[in-house]
Amino acid sequence: MEFFERFMIPHPSFLIYVSMVLIVLVSIALVGVITYFKLWGYLWREWITTVDHKKIGIMYLLMALLMLFRGGVDAIMLRYQLSMPENTFLDAQHYNEVFTTHGVVMILFMAMPFITFFFNFLVPLQIGARDVAFPRLNNLSFWLFFMGAMLFNLSFVVGGSPDAGWTSYFPLADVEFSKSVGTNYYMIAIQIAGIGTLMTGINFITTIMKMRAPGMTLFKMPMFTWSALIANLIVVFAFPVLTVALAMGAMDRLFDTQFFAIGNGGMDMLWANLFWVWGHPEVYILILPAFGIFSEIISTFSRRNLYGYNSMVWSMIVISVFAFTVWTHHFFTMGQGAFTNSIFSITTMAIAIPTGVKIFNWMFTLYKGKIEFTTPMLYAVHFIPLFTLGGVTGVMLAMSAADYQYHNTMFLVAHFHNVIIPGVVYAMLAGLTFYWPKMFGFMLNEKIGKATVWVMSTGFLLAFMPMYITGLDGQARRMYTYSESTGFTTLNMVSFVGAGIMAVSFIMLVWNIWYSFKNSPRNIGSDPWNARGLEWATHTPIPAYNFAITPDITDSTSEAFWDMKHKGTEIFKGDIKKIHMPNYSGVPFIMSCGFFLLGFSLIFSMWIPAIVGLIVVLACMAYRSFEKDHGYYIPEEEVKATEKQYEKRGAK
Amino acid sequence: MKVNLKGTLLASIVFGTLLLGGCDSLLVLDPKGPQAEVQANDTMMLIYIMGAIVLVVFAMLIFMLVKYRASKQSPDYEPPHIHGHWLVETICIGVPVLIVIFLGVRSVESNYLVESAPEEYVEEEPLVIYASSSDWKWHFSYPEQGIETVNYLYIPANRNIEFKLYSHGPITSFWIPQLGGQKYAMADMVTTLHLAADVEGEFWGRNANFAGAGTAEQTFDVTALSQQEFDEWVEEVQETAEPITEEKFEELLEPGHLGRSTYTGTHLEFSPAPEHNHGSSDDVNHDQHEEDTDHSEHENHNDTEHEDHSSH
Amino acid sequence: MAKVDHSVPLEYSTEENDLKIFGFWVFLGAEIMLFGTLFAAYFTLVDRTGSGPSGAEIFEITPVLAETFLLLTSSFTIGLAIHAMRLGSKKATLTFMGITLALGLAFLSVEIYEFLHYVHVGAGITVSAFTSILLTTLGTHGLHVTVGFFWGLFIMIQIAKRGLNPETANKSFIFSLYWHFLDVVWIFIFSFIYLKGMM
Repeated sequence: MEFFERFMIPHPSFLIYVSMVLIVLVSIALVGVITYFKLWGYLWREWITTVDHKKIGIMYLLMALLMLFRGGVDAIMLRYQLSMPENTFLDAQHYNEVFTTHGVVMILFMAMPFITFFFNFLVPLQIGARDVAFPRLNNLSFWLFFMGAMLFNLSFVVGGSPDAGWTSYFPLADVEFSKSVGTNYYMIAIQIAGIGTLMTGINFITTIMKMRAPGMTLFKMPMFTWSALIANLIVVFAFPVLTVALAMGAMDRLFDTQFFAIGNGGMDMLWANLFWVWGHPEVYILILPAFGIFSEIISTFSRRNLYGYNSMVWSMIVISVFAFTVWTHHFFTMGQGAFTNSIFSITTMAIAIPTGVKIFNWMFTLYKGKIEFTTPMLYAVHFIPLFTLGGVTGVMLAMSAADYQYHNTMFLVAHFHNVIIPGVVYAMLAGLTFYWPKMFGFMLNEKIGKATVWVMSTGFLLAFMPMYITGLDGQARRMYTYSESTGFTTLNMVSFVGAGIMAVSFIMLVWNIWYSFKNSPRNIGSDPWNARGLEWATHTPIPAYNFAITPDITDSTSEAFWDMKHKGTEIFKGDIKKIHMPNYSGVPFIMSCGFFLLGFSLIFSMWIPAIVGLIVVLACMAYRSFEKDHGYYIPEEEVKATEKQYEKRGAK
Repeated sequence: MKVNLKGTLLASIVFGTLLLGGCDSLLVLDPKGPQAEVQANDTMMLIYIMGAIVLVVFAMLIFMLVKYRASKQSPDYEPPHIHGHWLVETICIGVPVLIVIFLGVRSVESNYLVESAPEEYVEEEPLVIYASSSDWKWHFSYPEQGIETVNYLYIPANRNIEFKLYSHGPITSFWIPQLGGQKYAMADMVTTLHLAADVEGEFWGRNANFAGAGTAEQTFDVTALSQQEFDEWVEEVQETAEPITEEKFEELLEPGHLGRSTYTGTHLEFSPAPEHNHGSSDDVNHDQHEEDTDHSEHENHNDTEHEDHSSH
Repeated sequence: MAKVDHSVPLEYSTEENDLKIFGFWVFLGAEIMLFGTLFAAYFTLVDRTGSGPSGAEIFEITPVLAETFLLLTSSFTIGLAIHAMRLGSKKATLTFMGITLALGLAFLSVEIYEFLHYVHVGAGITVSAFTSILLTTLGTHGLHVTVGFFWGLFIMIQIAKRGLNPETANKSFIFSLYWHFLDVVWIFIFSFIYLKGMM
């Protein structure tokens, strides 16, 4: 192939050209606005180089919302294509690209940064720490994730999107069957983002294990912190498997190795196994923090402590162990025989037990409570029944013999959307609404918020319930078309309408942010929800150092702020002293740019720029090794002055 | 609030009735063979049990939400601090454990059923058909009869069919919903799928696993005939069809879609199936029908079969 | 400077040091999974030699023994370096670290020879699934040693320039953990790839 030909879109269409033009225009506008308002310096000093966990968290949040938009547009396109039989809106190739990017973007570039946002923003506050254990590594994690996500999205306009499914099974994903560079993007962009995620995992395990406030034993940690700890443990043990799998896949494609090839001893099933050894724990990485957030919200708005704290913790630990023992259920039909299938069928069903414990504990938290239906609570109240529905269809899929009939059908698609949307997405949006005032100092409008939840659930039910039925009627997933004689038409149209309604709820969410930004009162204090956890004991907006005095929760429970408010337990003991803070640094950003160059060059097999990128990366690491960076101190007087300002505003 | 909760409940009931009421018309729940019947029965059982669980959860949730909502309580009510109670937690764990044990036993039983030849027809030796996929077609080789078809399948009803599945390219999944569930066809090994049709008739099959741009149209028709009609068809093919040659087969393998076609001979003679064999059942008739097959590849893979078994 | 606690070894003496050591242990947990996955893939693919050679046909005992000897010795000398660091002897620390790195370099030279030998006898990385996974597993370990070599070198320069302080002590201690870990991985490679392959 000619050198420049590789950068062209292999299957261009009018839609892609339009989006290309739009992307270019938006980018130019963005650069223009930033330059016009002279914001480059501000961006560099306050955001790009930041090591503040709260700001890094907010950057993750922005990425997640952006990617939610992108993945959502993909979803609408998919549903529209299937809303009518023999539809010609997308051809097979484009449909394949769209469902591939929809899956990757939603799981890895939407859900992952969304939960990482919560890790970043909440964990240090919940454990009473000043920051994470390795603030600069945290910045690097974000920028690696960012570069991975941008690289992946670049495939849309340069070289063509991956088209082998988000699972990219070999040999389909090998050069022989996926000729464009799309799958190279998949292998390398996810690798770069994955390294960032792995570092996040190490960072937060260390933070939680080593930096808890005095008196906070493990079993006094807030539930979200517990879920974050366990999720990050899964990250550390699962992501290296993905690292190896992606490296092998990339080598097969770029260097002609034979891992998953047809012939020469290659084994396509190895990819499927490695992918799901990571892939299944990955869904628990997503769902456990979601459970943590719901736990916080449900106990807050039941005005009660969380029922069965210990069983909540133990059920998460059990889930995390089981998470690594069920991967084969993603391919019961690979022919491993009745014995292997039986084992994995039982382990899979067994996961329903700890999950059921959690559902019941949430319901018992409502018992004798004083339930207030705020927007976050409404999400939680919708989550319980909808997630149960997704859970029980999961048990159906776990029945391996019957799964032969559900596998690769819309039934499966309905199931995993039914757990991921009410589980993860609802939790993220509920948490976003719940913590919004803590982040930005004003509340989101409750009326619009509640309407959003109802619209979203309606859309959700309409979009996904029909899929259970068409799945059992033989509609296979990932097929761009079907004939009218199959009888799938009506239900698929309903599904498209549902997807449209979900899109409306997303627009309502964005509108709510804008509306509330314009209209919501700003004098809401630091505890607008009458909440319970330590994170609410900070001022709003949160000062850079989080807590002027490190909290001591020796005398409190896992709900330190509630104890402080209602039992008068003192948690801020002692005097204000100077506070040690980490320095900002631009090196992680430069290093991530090196990774971007390296990744992009590898995708197109351009070895010289790849080496340049690698040198940039290594030079940044060497620089870091020699650097003397001991942080700085905020002097006592400055802390006191800041605290006084908050008191004056009456924010406390 | 109440109305809305009812809405959720209503939606699920509507969904439930739709599912249960429409059972007959859904392919998976309208089985025409013993394997599909096992799976359909399991599915129905699961729908009932899971429906009951969902109802319990919904009922509990609605009870809690109605009874303990703030608007029903006095403003100075302070909810108590309640730790877990061992009895409650034992029930919450115990009942699911019992359900999982029940389903687990059922799952193991069903696994062995769908992975072995259906018992109804076990007296008669099974018909062996090699089903191999290429982008984006299905090739059906009948080694005993010495014929091969593309994109359509004739089988005798009331007799076990032992499908030997493999792929000339990406992983595909062989699926005839009304006869039984799927199994993968892969490039480096042969998988075995046992099916049988209880009635004569036409069924529809497809590759259910995404395998590139042409997957949506990678379908085939299955016709179940009486044994006599089947034999007549075989005879007719043997007399009228052209022989399959290496060149012809290479042509067939080219990526794209094709209509039906029929040949004498099978491609297995010059392009044998992969050696590894995976998940074949230990049915008693195995050795018998092995003698009946006259091509060497089939016997070869039998030698390696038992070794492979021990490694899984 | 951060608070220095003199009741614990120098490398643990500040809060930051403590965090770094803990974090590194977690990182090693991830590394175990990384190599564990490679080993799992190796065992899966070891008999899938396609038309290429098997392990028994290409493995040579002499370079493998040499590599093992070099790396095991270097693991011992890095232990001595940490011991010297704790005793506060800058010179001995530097000497033993220097020996460690020299042994590491020798190991890499033998390994490069070994790789060239494989390519020479027709067992290049593209030949079969077995050679792909063999060279990838060995290469990943070799890459770790290479990175370790430069990392160790940087730390030596810092100790030479800045002396033994909580920071350099912490860095050299973490480096020693890394080096020991690579040694453990090598023992697995030696036993389960070479010995098992040659038998």
